[in-house]
Amino acid sequence: MSDHQNNGDSRVETFDARSPSRRRFLKSMGASGLAAATAPAWAQIAQASQQQQNAPVEPQDDGAPAEGEQQIQLTVNGVEHTLNVKPNAVLLDVLRDRLMLTGTKKGCDQGQCGACTLLVNDTAINSCLSLAVSHDGDSVTTIEGLSNGDELHPVQAAFWEHDAYQCGYCTSGQIMSAVAILNDDNIGSDDASVREAMSGNICRCGAYKNILAAVQDARGKMEGAS
Amino acid sequence: MRKLIQFGSLPSATATAAVPGHDSAIGHVTGQAAYIDDLPGPKGMHHLAVGLSPHSSARVLHMDLSEVRRQPGVIDVITAADIPGHNEVGAVYPGDPLLAEKEVRYAGQMVFAVVADTLYNARCAVAHARIDYHLQTPALDPAASIRAGLTVLPEHIHERPLPAPALDRGAAMSDDTQTSGNVDKALQRAPHVLEGEQFIGGQEHFYLEGQIAQAEALDDNGLRVLTSSQHPSEVQKLVAEVLAMPLHAIVAEVRRMGGGFGGKESQAAALGAMAALAVHRNGCAVRFRLPRADDMQATGKRHPFHNRYRVGFDDTGRLTGADITLIGNCGHSPDLSEGVVDRAMFHADNAYYLGDARVTGHRAMTHTASNTAFRGFGGPQGMMPIEGAMDDIARTLGLDPLDVRKRNLYDEAHCETHYGQHIDQPLIGELIETLEASSDYRTRRREITAFNAKSPVIRKGLALTPVKFGISFTARHLNQAGALLMIYTDGSVLINHGGTEMGQGLHTKVCQVVAKELGIAHHRVRISATRTDKVPNTSPTAASSGADLNAMAARNAAITLRERLVDFAAGWRGLPREQLTLEADGLSAGETRIEWSELIQQAYLGRVSLSATGHYATPEIYYDRKTGRGRPFFYYAWGAAVSEVHMDTLTGEYRVARVDILHDVGDSLNPAIDRGQIEGGFVQGMGWLTTEELRWDAEGHLLTTGPATYKIPACGDAPRDFRVALLEGHPNSQATIYRSKAVGEPPLMLAISVWSALRDAIASLADDHTSPRLDTPATPERVLMACRAIREAHAHDAPSTRKEMTHALSEK
Ligand code: FES
Ligand code: FES
Repeated sequence: MSDHQNNGDSRVETFDARSPSRRRFLKSMGASGLAAATAPAWAQIAQASQQQQNAPVEPQDDGAPAEGEQQIQLTVNGVEHTLNVKPNAVLLDVLRDRLMLTGTKKGCDQGQCGACTLLVNDTAINSCLSLAVSHDGDSVTTIEGLSNGDELHPVQAAFWEHDAYQCGYCTSGQIMSAVAILNDDNIGSDDASVREAMSGNICRCGAYKNILAAVQDARGKMEGAS
Repeated sequence: MRKLIQFGSLPSATATAAVPGHDSAIGHVTGQAAYIDDLPGPKGMHHLAVGLSPHSSARVLHMDLSEVRRQPGVIDVITAADIPGHNEVGAVYPGDPLLAEKEVRYAGQMVFAVVADTLYNARCAVAHARIDYHLQTPALDPAASIRAGLTVLPEHIHERPLPAPALDRGAAMSDDTQTSGNVDKALQRAPHVLEGEQFIGGQEHFYLEGQIAQAEALDDNGLRVLTSSQHPSEVQKLVAEVLAMPLHAIVAEVRRMGGGFGGKESQAAALGAMAALAVHRNGCAVRFRLPRADDMQATGKRHPFHNRYRVGFDDTGRLTGADITLIGNCGHSPDLSEGVVDRAMFHADNAYYLGDARVTGHRAMTHTASNTAFRGFGGPQGMMPIEGAMDDIARTLGLDPLDVRKRNLYDEAHCETHYGQHIDQPLIGELIETLEASSDYRTRRREITAFNAKSPVIRKGLALTPVKFGISFTARHLNQAGALLMIYTDGSVLINHGGTEMGQGLHTKVCQVVAKELGIAHHRVRISATRTDKVPNTSPTAASSGADLNAMAARNAAITLRERLVDFAAGWRGLPREQLTLEADGLSAGETRIEWSELIQQAYLGRVSLSATGHYATPEIYYDRKTGRGRPFFYYAWGAAVSEVHMDTLTGEYRVARVDILHDVGDSLNPAIDRGQIEGGFVQGMGWLTTEELRWDAEGHLLTTGPATYKIPACGDAPRDFRVALLEGHPNSQATIYRSKAVGEPPLMLAISVWSALRDAIASLADDHTSPRLDTPATPERVLMACRAIREAHAHDAPSTRKEMTHALSEK
C-alpha cells in the first residue's frame, strides 16, 4: 500500500509531497533548525554546494517534442512534468540529468545492485533498467520525496538512528526498498523475510546488521503511527 | 571596527555527548549527500569515455580513430601521443601508462579517450575505432610466470636496477625472504611434517560508487580535479606529471567516496589524469566516469595468491618450523605489489609463533589488470597457509583445531615474529579464552560432532580463528599526516586533514578529537573536503591508519591552539595559567568562566593567531629489507571469530548460521563506528572467501564484469546470528590517539573462520582425519567437489577408529 497517495489515517500515509513544508524542511537543513538541533553541525556540509538541488523541482514542460523524441507525463514526488525524451532514455538518467534528482544513485547500471531503487506507483523498481517512455503517466517517488515537511520518513529516521550506512552510496536505494517492503503485506515481518526481501540491494560496506535493525525499527514506528 | 558576529548566533549547546554520529548522516538518509556524479557540473562540461584493449597481450600495429572523431558531439580524441608530460600513472614504480602506447598488456587497458558533449555520445563514439593488433601469447598463470622468471619489480630499485621498459623480460629476481633460524634443520628434526598447497582467489572491490573524476580549469592556468580517491596527493602528483605542470598548479579534492576498500588508493589516479588531460586540451570541464563493466575490467583487484606450506610440529601440535611460499599474482605491472606481497609475508605467522621459519614472497607478472590494494593489503592472503596448516595439524593428530591454535599463539614467552619484531601486548590468548567461553565453543563442538554422526547429508562445521594485524604502512615515509585547524570569530571551528572519507567514519572521529581537545560541543566543529591546497603531501587513507595518523595530526593542531588560547586568557584576565582549562564550551579557572565564543572574539581582538597546522609521524618503525628484519609495525590489532556453518554435502550449498566476534580496538574512539567496521569487514571478508569468484577465459578476458556474475554478499547472506563485541579494558600499549587501535582492515580476516568451518564440515565426512583441500572462494561448487573428493578417498581407506584426544571430545 502506498504511503504517498493514500489518504489513510497513518501519519506516514497522509504525506503529500507537494506540500510546501518540504521546501521548509530542506531549507532548514542548510541553516540550523533540524540539523543543528539534533545532528552535528558538520551534517550540513553537503548542502553548501547543493543549493540548486535542494530547491524543489519545478514542473518541467518541454513543449512540442523534437523529431525522434517522445513526450511523456511523469509525476515525480508529486510534481507533474511533461518531458520529451529519446525512446532509449533510461528513467534513472532522466531523473538525475533532467530533473537533477541525484539522490537516486547509479551503482551498476545493469539492474544488479539496487542503488537506483525508487517507487513507481508504489512498487519498487530498479530505475536503471527501465525506459522512461514506459512510464508515461506514472507516479514516481524518489528519496527526495520521502520526507514529510520537517519530518523524516520513519524509515529515514530509523536508518539515521541505527547508523545503517557507512559510505552512504547504497542508502537511498536501501531506504526505498525498505519503504516498499514495509508496505507490502505479502512480505513477512520476521527477520528472515526482511533479509530476503532486502537482498536486491547490495551494501558493499556490509552494513546489513544495522540496515536490518533499521527496517524492523521503522516497522514499529510506522505501525505505532497508524 | 567592522562588526563581529554576535554571540549566540550559533546554538550554544553544551552537549559534549559522548560520541557524535556519522558526519553526513542527514545527507545520506535524504539523498542530499553528493558524490561527484551528483554535482550539477560546471557550464559546458563535457564527458569522457575510453576505448579498452580487447586483448591481454598484443602489439598495436595501427590505430585509425578518424571515424571516432566524426561521431556526433565528439570534440576530441586522445591517444598516448597527445600527452604533454609523462605517459605514466604508476603509483610506486613505472609500468602503468595512462594510455597504451605500442603494446597492450591486459584486456581492459585504456587505449584512447573520447571527449564529447554528452556521456552517451562519448560512449557511442568509442565503438567506431579501428585498431589493428598483433596478438602475442599472454602469460596468465602466475606459478608458470614465476618458473619462467616473469615478475614485476620486486624491491629496492637501486639494489637490483632494471631497465624500465623491460620490467618483465626474464628478470628472475622475484623473491623476498624473511627467515628466523634454520628452517631446513628444524623441519628435518620435526616429529611430524606436513605440507599443503592452496589457491586463494582475488576480489573485486565493487565500491558502490564507481571510479570517477571531474576536472576543470582555473582562471590562473591551474586545474582543479574532483576525484573519488583515497589518495588525493597522488592524483595531484600524477596529473602534474602527465601534464608537465608543477604540483602547485593542481588541486585535487575529495569530499567523500561511495566506498574505496583500497580500490581507490592507486587506481583512481588514472581517471583524474585522463580528465585533467582532456581539460588541458579543450578548456571545458570534463567528467569521466567508468561504466561498471569497464571499471571491473580496467582496474586492479585483490591479488590472487598461490601458497605452499611445509610445517613441522610435535605430538602436541606445537610448531617447530615452517616454510611458507607465497606467490602473489600482481597483474601486468608493479603498482602496489611490492607492499602487498611484503604484507602477505609479514602476516604469514598470523597469531602464531612459527618456530624456525622461512617466508618467501614472489611477485608474479601476468597479463591481467594490475592487482592493487584491497582491505588487508595482502595480509589476508598471507594468513591463509598457516590457518590451513593449523586445521591440518589438528586432523593429523586427532585434536580439536582450537587446541592446536591455542598451543601456538604468541604469548609473553614466544613473542618475536619471523621478521624480528617484538610483540609487546600479546592479547590473543586472553581474547580467545573469553570468546571461547562467550560463544560456548566447547558445548557447540560436542553438539555438532553428535549431530554430524547422525546426519549423512547435512553437516555442520565450527571454527575459531584469530587475527593479528600489523598497523602502519610498510613504506615508512607514508606514516605521517597533516591537519589544518581554523577557529573563526563566531567560535565555529573548521578542521581539514589529509585523510579521506569513504564510509569508515574517519571524519567523524577526527571531529570528535578536535572537539575534545578544545573542550567544545561537537556541533561547533565542521570538517571540509580533503584538498591538496589545504593540507599538502598527504598519505593515502589506507593501511587502516586513517584515524591513527590524521586524528593525531588534528590533535596536535588543536593542542597548539589550545595552548595559545590559554596563554592569551592568562594574560588577558590575569589568571594563573596552570589553573586554566578548556572544557564544557568555554574556559574555566576555578570560579571564573569565559564562554567559548567570547574567548575567541577576545583572542581575535588581542591579535592571537586562530589557525594552526598539525603534523604527526609514527615513531619507532623501521624495516631492513636486506636482512628481512625490523619493526615495521607500530603495534598489532587482535581479534578472533567463531563461525558455524551448515552445509548440504550433496549440493555444496551452505549457510553461515552464527558468528561470534571479539575484537580489539584498544580504547575505542567511537564504538558504533568500530562495530560497523567489524561487521562490514567480516561480511566483505566472507564474500572474498565464499562467493566472490573472478573468472577469466583462456585468453585473459575477465568474464565476471558485474554483480550478476560476481556474487557479492547481500542482506540474506550475512550471518543470521551475528554477535560482535569489542575487547574491553586493554588500551593500546603504544601512545596512539587516546590509546585506540585501527579498525579498518583487521576484521576482514576474521572471516577466515568461515572458510575453516567449511573445511571442518567437509572433514566430518572422513571422521575428521583427513584435511580437505578447499581453494577459495569456497563456492558451493568447490565445496561440492571437496565433499566428493573426501568421500571417495575415505571410501578407499580402511575403516579407522577415531582417536579422540582433546579433553573436550574425550569427555563425552
Ligand atoms: S544501478 Fe540500477 S541496479 Fe545497479
Ligand atoms: S553504505 Fe556503502 S554501500 Fe552501503
